[in-house]
This record gives sequence, structure tokens and C-alpha cells, in this order.
Amino acid sequence: MSGSNTLPARGRWGDRLFQGVALGFALLVLVLLASIILMLLIKAMPAFEAFGIGFLWSAEWNPVTHQYGALIAVVGTLVSSLIAIAIAVPVSFGIALFITMLAPQWLRRPVVTAIELLAAIPSIIYGMWGLFYFAPWFADTMQPWMTTYLGAIPYIGALFQGPPIGISVMTAGIVLAIMIIPFIASVMRDVFEVVPKALTESAFAMGATTWEVAWKVVLPYTRTGVIGGVMLGLGRALGETMAVTFVIGNAHNLSLGLFEPGTTIASTLANEFNEAGGLQLSSLIALGLVLFMVTFVVLGLSKLMLLRLGAQEGKRT
Amino acid sequence: MKTVFTGTLPSGLVLLVLLALLISTPAEAHEVNRLNAAGATFPYPLYARWASDYNQQTGIRINYQSIGSGGGVRQIVARTVDFGATDDPLSAEELAEHGLVQFPMIMGGVVPVVNIRGVAHDSLRMDGEILADIYLGRITRWNDPRLVAANPGVPLPDHPITPIRRSDGSGTTAIFTSYLNRVSAPWREQVGEGKAVSWPVGLGGKGNEGVAAYVRRVNGAIGYIENAFAVHLDMNVVRLKNRDDHYVKAGPESFQAAAAKADWAGTPGFGVALTDQPGKNSWPITGASFILMHRQTNRPAVARTALDFFDWAFEQGHASALALHYVPIPDPVIALVRERWLTEIVDKQGQPVREAQP
Repeated sequence: MSGSNTLPARGRWGDRLFQGVALGFALLVLVLLASIILMLLIKAMPAFEAFGIGFLWSAEWNPVTHQYGALIAVVGTLVSSLIAIAIAVPVSFGIALFITMLAPQWLRRPVVTAIELLAAIPSIIYGMWGLFYFAPWFADTMQPWMTTYLGAIPYIGALFQGPPIGISVMTAGIVLAIMIIPFIASVMRDVFEVVPKALTESAFAMGATTWEVAWKVVLPYTRTGVIGGVMLGLGRALGETMAVTFVIGNAHNLSLGLFEPGTTIASTLANEFNEAGGLQLSSLIALGLVLFMVTFVVLGLSKLMLLRLGAQEGKRT
Repeated sequence: MKTVFTGTLPSGLVLLVLLALLISTPAEAHEVNRLNAAGATFPYPLYARWASDYNQQTGIRINYQSIGSGGGVRQIVARTVDFGATDDPLSAEELAEHGLVQFPMIMGGVVPVVNIRGVAHDSLRMDGEILADIYLGRITRWNDPRLVAANPGVPLPDHPITPIRRSDGSGTTAIFTSYLNRVSAPWREQVGEGKAVSWPVGLGGKGNEGVAAYVRRVNGAIGYIENAFAVHLDMNVVRLKNRDDHYVKAGPESFQAAAAKADWAGTPGFGVALTDQPGKNSWPITGASFILMHRQTNRPAVARTALDFFDWAFEQGHASALALHYVPIPDPVIALVRERWLTEIVDKQGQPVREAQP
């Protein structure tokens, strides 16, 4: 291509300038990320110096005696997010499937708009709704039912114990699920829509049911996108602050029961940052660093999962 | 290019002039017409009301940000605000270390509130040890023999108790735990006092409103909140047994009674804890909210403006304080505070920033 030579000098400069500016913006992200990590590391140092690496698995959190550990908050974060994912993924799959394959044309737009509206609701609204409407309803209906029937099952029964208040790790997980469903469902719908008509139509032509087409044709074809959507939802669930703070009970205790109050990293930060000083402040920042790492590991694992899936595909063909 | 310049030159000039104005006005101003402050959330409704009244009378704007006591201390130490406010008084060492002066501005009470179906307002009585044992998880049901013994005739149900407390660090918690610490040996050993503690049992709500919401939501709940919130939300407040073995009702009279006997003069920075005070009418969980200023200021005009405002609040702020369910500090203490201003808040030359008022 010798066309660029014919451009006036100013055009070439403009191009270079544009390149430079774009590069600058890209680098800015990296610089920001690096400086955030650096700041977290520096400010978290006193906590790690005081408690060592044991900070990560100590279940102590006592502002009076200045003993701090991350375990309870990390467990609460992971458990509430896992509950959210366990509920949100099947529901989102159903929503996306309905919109792309089953819904009559006139119904699609309203459903899609409703989901997009759900995504736009601020998280504090979810928190207040969770505290004032969902938690009481859950405490009076769902929770007694779950404790009676699921609580009687050996081993996993212990998970469904706790006071019938409706403010618990389980409630937080369910509210989180409602919050991330729009994100996961939107991504799933987008990727389901790009499945070539030829693939689905030929499956139907061979006598496949709608379920078989969805499960054996659409899902394998869109696997990468679907996992990406799930990770997007998980990332949001891990870092959600206000909604969780309202309904989780904010108690630093470690318990097997999902109906017991708990806490997450983000809600601990939201609760205690204002009044904290000294070692407590440093421990809170260390918690933030831990959340950073947890999110990083989760994203890393999803990338790894995608790579392995890709490798298997290579073998099969 | 020329057209571009002619277009931007005037606006550039305007910008420069504006910038110059922005830079020069504060430096040349002799009159201070704006104060910045930050701190405790508990006195915020009152300080906001005072600020608005004062602004109408004098034109001076006071921008108080309720970011919490800890934040207030941090901001005044960093000199980003003209005065700070805290519910949790600093110790003499802390005051000396940061070169700060501390004095009380207003008082309030923390009250235990309950929500028990079938138990009427204002009928439940407790002593400090029962309250501590509830928060320690030692008393777990409302029909516990000790509660029944303290409440003859009250229909206490066989229902679990759900203790609610603050999830965020707060001066309210500091006052409440200071009380439990004084009246209960097991509490002293197991938990201790502070703006945030390691709670053995219960649920945490964010802010007074969060605790109130949980208590109103959960049948069988008990929580502790600032009296003003309990009054506004018409909640069932517990009568507490005080040091002189009287069951007292929370309110301005019992808060003032608690403050009257305290040793204000003998405590550095007036940082006296008003919990568990003697006196037959004393409410046992009373606390004061404090103002923090720098001992030596390089902006005496600003410090003088702040002191003028506090003086005005002592003089004319009582009615609005009582209307908002706060309690003015006792008059002898106000006189003492004014005296301290003369000697303790000085400019770079060591001269008091505010002369004695006639």
C-alpha cells in the first residue's frame, strides 16, 4: 500500500497523534491498575507486618484487642457469590433461551426491555427492597419451608439452619442473584442470537427437540460467550457492596448455616472504613487487596477454563 | 488559525481574570464568611440547624459534613477542616500529640429499644447486667427468669431475643459499650469498649436508621439507638436501672441529671464519660459530643469565627437543641469552656484569638 505516501503531511501527523493518544489511554489503564495495587500494598503493609500471612486465614476480627483476620469476610464473599451464581445461571439461561428461541415476536421486546431496566436499578434500591420486602417475606415463607424439608437431609441439612429473621448470607445470595441475572441473561441472549440459523435449522430438520437444539447445538457453539457472561456476573457479585450490607446482617461470625448473618469483604469495608484508624484501617485495606486477588484468581480461572475447552475442541476435530 | 485565535482570546482572558479573582479573594479577605467542618453523625441534624439559623443571622456559612467521628478526627489532624467533631472524646495524650483542644458542645442519650409483640410501650425494665448478658448471648429468651423478675406483670413471651447493634464504627457504640463495660464484669473480660467491638451475638445494622429498621422488622429484637431516633420513630424504649437503683425514663431531664454530677473540670479535654453516673434521676447511657480545634492556629480569624459561632450556639441554640431532642450542656460547664478558650486557643504569637466577652 503506497497510498499513505500521497496523504498530505498534516494527515500523517494526525494519524500519529491519534495513535499516540490511543496508546496513552491504553497505558493509563495499566498505570492506574499498577498504582492502585501499589497503594493497597503500601497501606496494607502494617497489617501484614502485624499478623503475617496468617491474616488470610485468621477468623478473628476484634477492634478492641486489635486482632484482625480475613477468613470470615472471604468465606462470606465467596459463599454469597456462589449462591448468587447457582441461582442466576440457570434462570438466565432460561430467559435467554426463551427470548431467542421460544418467545413470540411481540413478546421479545418487552421482556428484553424489562431485563435491561433491571440492570439499571441502583444497588441501594435492591438493598432497601431486600431489607423491607424480600427479607420479611423470605423469613415467613421460604425459610421455614427450607429449614423443615432441606434441613432434615443428612450432612447438607446443617446448611439450612438459622434464626427465622430473613437477614442472612442466603438472603444476600438471592438478592445478588436477582442483581446479576440481567447481566448474565443479556450476554447469553446476545451470543445465542449469533448462532448461525443453518446450524439450528438443520438440527430441527433432523427431528431434534427445542431442548436438544438448545443443549447440544446452541450451548456448545456459544460456550465461550456464556462463560464470559457468567464471569461478568460473578465479578459483580464479588464486589457488590450496598445491597449486601443491607441484608447480610454484618456479623463477623463463621457458621455453617446459610441462614445465619455473615459479612463480605465489600460490606465490611463499607461499614468500618469511616471510623477506622491505625491497624484497623490497614487491615481493611488488606481486605481490599484480598478482594482484588480473589477477583483476579476468579478471572484467571475462567480464562484457564476457556483455554482448556479450546484445547479439547482442537483434539475432537 | 487567525479566526480560531480571535475566537478564543477573549474567553481566554476572561478565564485568566476569573482565575486571578479566585486566587486573590481568599488571601485578601479579612472577613471570614465560611467555615468548613466535619465529624460525628450524631450531632449532625442539630449542627445543620444551627448552621442555617446562624447563616440567616450573620451571613456566615458553616459547611458541616457528617462523615463520622473517626473521620472528623482525621480531618482536623490533617488540617483540612476548621473544626472537627467527635462523639468519642480523645485522651489527654492524643490531644497533646496532635496539638488539639477539645470541648463539649451538646449531649444526648443512647436508649435500648425493643420490639416484642404484646409488650406495651414504656413497660419493660432492665438493669445493666441483664442488658450486658443479652448482648453476650447469655440471656436468649424474653421469658428468662431474670427478665421476668425485673418486670412483674409484663407479659413476656417465650420468644428468642435478637440483639441488634451497629455494624459501622460509631460514637453511639462507644457510649453504649462504655456503659456495659462499667456495669458488667463479664462484658469487661469478654468484649470491652470502643467505637467498634467484637460482638459475641446479634445482627449489625448500618447507622442508627439501620438498627432501628432491624428492630422494627424483627419480632423479639432489642437494639440501641440515639434517643432522637427513638422519639422520631416512636419506638418502645426500655427503662434502665441507674447507679442509685432507680428505674429511669430516657429524656432530656434524665440526660441532664447525668451530666450535672460529672467531673468536667478535672478531666482533660472535658472528655468525661457520662455513663453510669450517680444521681437518682440520671440516665445511665448519656454521652456528650465534642468539638476539636487546633491549639495554635496560623489563621486566627478563622478560629475566632468558629468560636463566635460556638458562643452563639451556647447562647441561642438551646431551644433548637431541645426541639431536636438534644440536651444542652450544663451552664457551669459552658462557663468553664469559655474560660478555656481564652487560654488554650492561640495564634502563632501565643495571643488568644478571642478576647473575653463583656
